[in-house]
Amino acid sequence: MSDLTQLTISQARTKLRGKEITATEITEAYLSAIDRANPALNAYVAVTGDKARDMAKASDARLVKGEGGALEGIPLGIKDLFGTEGVHTQACSHVLDGFKPRYESTVTSNLWADGAVMLGKLNMDEFAMGSSNETSYYGPVINPWRRSRVDTVVMPTTHQGDGGFVSSGGIRTARSLDNAQLVPGGSSGGSATAVSAFLCAGATATDTGGSIRQPAAFTGTVGIKPTYGRCSRWGIVAFASSLDQAGPIARDVRDAAILLKSMASVDPKDTTSVDRPVPDYEAVIGKPIKGMKVGIPREYRVDGMPEEIEALWQKGIAWLKDAGAEIVDISLPHTKYALPAYYIVAPAEASSNLARYDGVRYGLRVPGKDIVDMYEKTRAAGFGREVKRRIMIGTYVLSAGYYDAYYLQAQKVRNLIKRDFETVFASGVDVILTPATPSAAFGVADEDMAADPVKMYLNDIFTVTVNMAGLPGIAVPAGLDAKGLPLGLQLIGRPFDEETLFQTAAVIEQAAGTFQPEKWW
Amino acid sequence: MSVDLQTVKRVAHLARIAVSEEDAERMTGELNAILGFVEQLNEVDVSGVEPMTSVTPMEMKKRRDVVTEGGKAADIVANAPATEENFFLVPKVVE
Repeated sequence: MSDLTQLTISQARTKLRGKEITATEITEAYLSAIDRANPALNAYVAVTGDKARDMAKASDARLVKGEGGALEGIPLGIKDLFGTEGVHTQACSHVLDGFKPRYESTVTSNLWADGAVMLGKLNMDEFAMGSSNETSYYGPVINPWRRSRVDTVVMPTTHQGDGGFVSSGGIRTARSLDNAQLVPGGSSGGSATAVSAFLCAGATATDTGGSIRQPAAFTGTVGIKPTYGRCSRWGIVAFASSLDQAGPIARDVRDAAILLKSMASVDPKDTTSVDRPVPDYEAVIGKPIKGMKVGIPREYRVDGMPEEIEALWQKGIAWLKDAGAEIVDISLPHTKYALPAYYIVAPAEASSNLARYDGVRYGLRVPGKDIVDMYEKTRAAGFGREVKRRIMIGTYVLSAGYYDAYYLQAQKVRNLIKRDFETVFASGVDVILTPATPSAAFGVADEDMAADPVKMYLNDIFTVTVNMAGLPGIAVPAGLDAKGLPLGLQLIGRPFDEETLFQTAAVIEQAAGTFQPEKWW
Repeated sequence: MSVDLQTVKRVAHLARIAVSEEDAERMTGELNAILGFVEQLNEVDVSGVEPMTSVTPMEMKKRRDVVTEGGKAADIVANAPATEENFFLVPKVVE
């Protein structure tokens, strides 16, 4: 294998255990790939080269003795939202300048205990608020995928001697890459770009309204948001505590299953961590889905949805049908209210969670004439526009006189959204198939989205329902659009039934194949 | 419902975020766009529906009320912008 970064986690695992390669070699391969690519893609905000080399060396020592853990020697990227001891942890915000926690998040502790190697911290939307990775204090992440242009070329008749070819001329079409920079989606844009561009073997990510699944769909990678309570939230910077869940972004379904198995745990430090053993997700990959009941929700056919998305969805239905699944039409009547309810619940929780950034205990401090002035100046300088907007909305909907009209109403609607899913699952549906996003990746600095925050929010229209109901959801690449950009499908499962998601996603992957961007960086 | 400039300034102060006149004006438009979008929730019939308090039906975990860790004052103040002898330093709040 000439380029070790091309190996999937499962392939690397076999070669590491078989002593064909070492953890040090694969780690060095990733560190030099990051070195070359990061100026163009901006996926990493901190590269922990020395730490990575030390961890790889320790992995090699264990591998030699045949003692390696489930992820022994596998180099991973970590979203900047995860607290990593002594290492840059700033949720890509200016307000957390210089913050290096004295603790390690439970999810990353689990990964290191299984032998994984940390390459560095990945770029993201500030405090995970965004759908394009453009709200990061560290600048936007660039999608490794570019649109391709179809050029018509008139070929002259050419003759080449010495065994060369003879071309008869005529008209030919040629594809070339468009230079326009695209966003990788968000908030886990750094994670998605790093996985897609071979800058880590897999990455951690988090999902509050679609932040794992939307960037996975935009980059041709696999991303799973597990059931609320499956991964511990301890040590992860909080955005909206009743919605936040950690999960992996990976190159294929099997790698996502391997990563989730290590990330998930039962954690006494998180009161919402659920007391259920973590199953071996990888074991279900390849199992037939014959007789499985797949629900197709009619409310996900939204106005203005591109035909390509509808066509992709139909392709997904056909693949699952061919594999022996039973397709049933279902209704989730409160779907359209999920996004507006989310934009009350999430900002309300965020305004409370982000109250701690006051210039006293960590991060940035801007001096003022008294303590209130110091708070106000610190927060004005430390938070970006989108974060301020959400804190303001949250503060407003929770303020005296408005709480019942907004927050209480939204929490009631949230119960109705959850009930829609419960009714469908009670009727015997095993899994729900939907598109992952309403479009393919869009351009950096898109003018429409910059002018209207609600336009940006609509990116999460298919993913946000899942967070509101606390369910597991996986995005799996299913094809390319006419411009050569990846599109994804989403599968939604019963609470704690991630196994059915992996099993079904593997069937889609088998039919659709996997997708890699053409390298330009 | 919509907000006016005065309300935006009041909310900004509640949220402890300093805003300039220009910021407040821009935010008024943005906040009204978002509030206009969430307005549609009012059309949902929620009679008899309880507000959600927990997304997964589970009992809150409890632990025994005992000291399990501590003695970490130096760790706790390690990231603070201003400290003295393991205390956080803030501008004077009592005359």
